[in-house]
Amino acid sequence: MKFLRNTLDKAKHNFEKGGKFEKYYYAFEALETFAFSPNTTTSAKGVQIRDAIDLKRLMMTVIIAMTPCLIFGIFNVGHQHFLAIGQEAGMMDKFWIGVIQVLPIIIVSYGVGLGIEFVFSTLRRHPVNEGYLVTGMLIPLVMPPDIPLWQVAVATAFAVIIGKEAFGGTGMNVMNVALTARAFLYFAYPTQISGEVWTYLPEGVQTVAGYSGATPLAIAAQSVTDGTNVVSQLNSFGTGWADGLYSFTNLFTGIMPGSIGETSTLMCLIGAFILWATGAGSWKIMVSVFAGAWAMGLLLNGLAVNPYMEMPAHYHLVIGGLAFGAVFMATDPVTAAQTETGKWVYGFMIGLFTVLIRVFNPAYPEGIMLAILLMNVFAPLIDYFVVSANKTRRLKRATV
Amino acid sequence: MSTETAEVKVAKSEALFSKKNKKLLTNPLDIDNPITVQVLGICSALAITSQIKPAIVMSLGLTFVTAFSNLFISMMRNTIPSRIRIIVQLAIVSVWVIMVDQLLKAYVYDMSKLMSVYVGLIITNCIVMGRLEAYAMANKPWPSFLDGLGNGFGYGLILISMAFIRELFGSGTLFKGFAFEWKVFESMGLHYQGNGLLLLPAGACILIGIIIWIQRSINGYREH
Repeated sequence: MKFLRNTLDKAKHNFEKGGKFEKYYYAFEALETFAFSPNTTTSAKGVQIRDAIDLKRLMMTVIIAMTPCLIFGIFNVGHQHFLAIGQEAGMMDKFWIGVIQVLPIIIVSYGVGLGIEFVFSTLRRHPVNEGYLVTGMLIPLVMPPDIPLWQVAVATAFAVIIGKEAFGGTGMNVMNVALTARAFLYFAYPTQISGEVWTYLPEGVQTVAGYSGATPLAIAAQSVTDGTNVVSQLNSFGTGWADGLYSFTNLFTGIMPGSIGETSTLMCLIGAFILWATGAGSWKIMVSVFAGAWAMGLLLNGLAVNPYMEMPAHYHLVIGGLAFGAVFMATDPVTAAQTETGKWVYGFMIGLFTVLIRVFNPAYPEGIMLAILLMNVFAPLIDYFVVSANKTRRLKRATV
Repeated sequence: MSTETAEVKVAKSEALFSKKNKKLLTNPLDIDNPITVQVLGICSALAITSQIKPAIVMSLGLTFVTAFSNLFISMMRNTIPSRIRIIVQLAIVSVWVIMVDQLLKAYVYDMSKLMSVYVGLIITNCIVMGRLEAYAMANKPWPSFLDGLGNGFGYGLILISMAFIRELFGSGTLFKGFAFEWKVFESMGLHYQGNGLLLLPAGACILIGIIIWIQRSINGYREH
């Protein structure tokens, strides 16, 4: 540590005003503040609220909240791989496969994203923000384990440039950056991110007899055309090679194929607890997303026109990426609604639209991504109505 | 006395391609571009730019229609009662649109089928009506004609450059439909996976945004 400090101090004068690399001051500053706490303090005058939390600390809290999902995801990638090829394997082997698959995606995501951040901050002469720390971790977590790395790079570049920098950088983006990356891949290269791509299978590997890569969402969508009961289909899935793969407990704990970090509702709930306990994420949004999805599920249960609609409402909460989206994506403080009432509406609508898209649009098996992106766009409008309702309410009370 | 004649002389000696008239042709290419600056004609720019060929045909069609509608409206501008000017303009525009449509059907039928309603929709293209209202109704025939040509070129420039990017990165080919179709990446021995987003109208919309971004950061144009 001391060595790093000394090198930074030695190099510092080059980057300060008048120095050789004056242009790259903000890039240098970013490295320095990333490694050490900055020595600037809040001025004694005029500051009303003092708090130890800053952007860096907030982002680190979210990262910590995501770690259970990440670690479980890494394990699950290996686990699903060995399940699919029908081999017994130890814990470490599973982790090893997972690390080999997941780590490159994380490195590419951070490398490309931070590279672009540094370029823009140098061009626009503003400090590098820590906002990308979370985004860079979210992007790998919502990718399938065998996504080509160049696609991760292209999607990250697109999301950071078009989704964020075009709007003015961290804190100015209209839509969630990580989901922008995923949506980009979803529309640009659909073959690698939809269908049966959720289990890591290297080329030439023999899968176990009876293997199928269908996800619960795909099975549920399929049941509409087949007219079969969704729950019994899910329960009988994997017979012979992975008994009870899609039983309700498995769906809840997340031992099933899917994007790297989003399969486990349990891990997402642990993350949600951390976010709630530290106040980094709004519990109102999380609760209302689940409530919205459940309410819509119940409503569809009542209508019960096709098997998908008959699927018990609580299944909607554990299949697909709803939990992950609700906890880590919808609560993004930049793109979510800001008013407290608005948060309830915003979250509820996300849940509602997720189930609507899942059930009624066969082209998009998973709806949470599009639902969150849609509500991101509407969040300012929701806030506007909440604020103006508050105004009229207070004006009525006023006696002039 | 002498000053009077001098003034008349200046007015008379305006060359066919005077500086002012040249500006009519060149301004729409950059600082007064119908798509990126006036933000008109977006609909067709999103719809038919997934390949270069229809983009070229569309730009030619629109240039033709805008130029000649401008010319004729400008010739009639003093006799059109202002209360019914829109319907008169529409009548003139539709004559030219029908001509373009029939020409396409007669000589490049495939293209006409591919572009389907978009040829007919030139009639509602904001660029045509916009130029008639903003320019031809108040200017002489020759400058109006040039203005129509210029705006058609400006539209075509953006359309064709968009089509170039979309076709190249969307499907990995260039000039599809021509005799000299070029499979860019295949001919270089590369495997290229087409970017599906660019082939969607949504991708085209993002692309227009990027073009506007680049253009404005170069020429420094700001919205007033």
